[in-house]
Amino acid sequence: MSIVAQFLVGLLLGVGLVVAGMSDPAKVLNFLDIGAMSSGGWDPSLAFVMAGAIAVAFLGFRVVLRRPRPLFDSVFHLPGATGIDRRILVGPAIFGIGWGLAGFCPGPALVALGTGSGAALPFVVAMFAGMAAARFVLLRSRAR
Amino acid sequence: MGALEIVRTAFTPLAALLGGAVIGAAAVLLLLATGRIAGISGIAARLLPPYEDDGWAGRAAFVAGIVAAPLVLSATTGAAPVMHIAAGPVVLVVAGLLVGFGTVWGNGCTSGHGVCGLSRLSLRSLVATLVFMATAFATVFVVRHVL
Repeated sequence: MSIVAQFLVGLLLGVGLVVAGMSDPAKVLNFLDIGAMSSGGWDPSLAFVMAGAIAVAFLGFRVVLRRPRPLFDSVFHLPGATGIDRRILVGPAIFGIGWGLAGFCPGPALVALGTGSGAALPFVVAMFAGMAAARFVLLRSRAR
Repeated sequence: MGALEIVRTAFTPLAALLGGAVIGAAAVLLLLATGRIAGISGIAARLLPPYEDDGWAGRAAFVAGIVAAPLVLSATTGAAPVMHIAAGPVVLVVAGLLVGFGTVWGNGCTSGHGVCGLSRLSLRSLVATLVFMATAFATVFVVRHVL
């Protein structure tokens, strides 16, 4: 039941990304192109996507977290780290460069893969390779 | 890179708000079902070994759901999602490596930090979001207006 639920939630998330227009890298890059503001090429849509998502999640999380436990687990698993270390600066800095180069972040890249065009495949394969590399480095530093 | 194709897109505030609300609802439902944050990069990265728990099948189902979304949409509505990929294969590979490495190194992407973290008022996620927005703005500026 939990696995079916997770498939349906992923499906809903993907539909949301398509409806929001975020599966189109051109739309993302045009949001990130603040240099195009004066020429009228800037597309502020992504800010509205974030506003809609945060409004719903901000309220919804509070309602859900009043429950003693989630539906399919005995406890909530929320991230516990709170400190600002070098990793929380370096990681997002690297991610942002990649996001700005192609206009894909992980969710929209997975949606693009599902369109079957194949154009997003090199990105997704490289993304998993980058993830594997980071996990390998982190694991080795933890073992030392 | 002046030859890079720039496709103009229309400002679509209502679709953006609606789609955003659906994304937020999915994050709420994942928390309700599994008790976990809908961080797409973290869920995708944990499909790779080493495996820390028995949640692999659930994560695979979640990722499969995202990939299936355009198929289900075009089957039900007849409309395929609009997509313009301007970057060539080399840039796509470099970008993919950076996105994959950076999101694991920084424990999250646009969904985990940007949507879920900000909704939880996490300072770490606020810092992460400001940093990836800043480098993404800077990268697009350099690619489109400097090079």
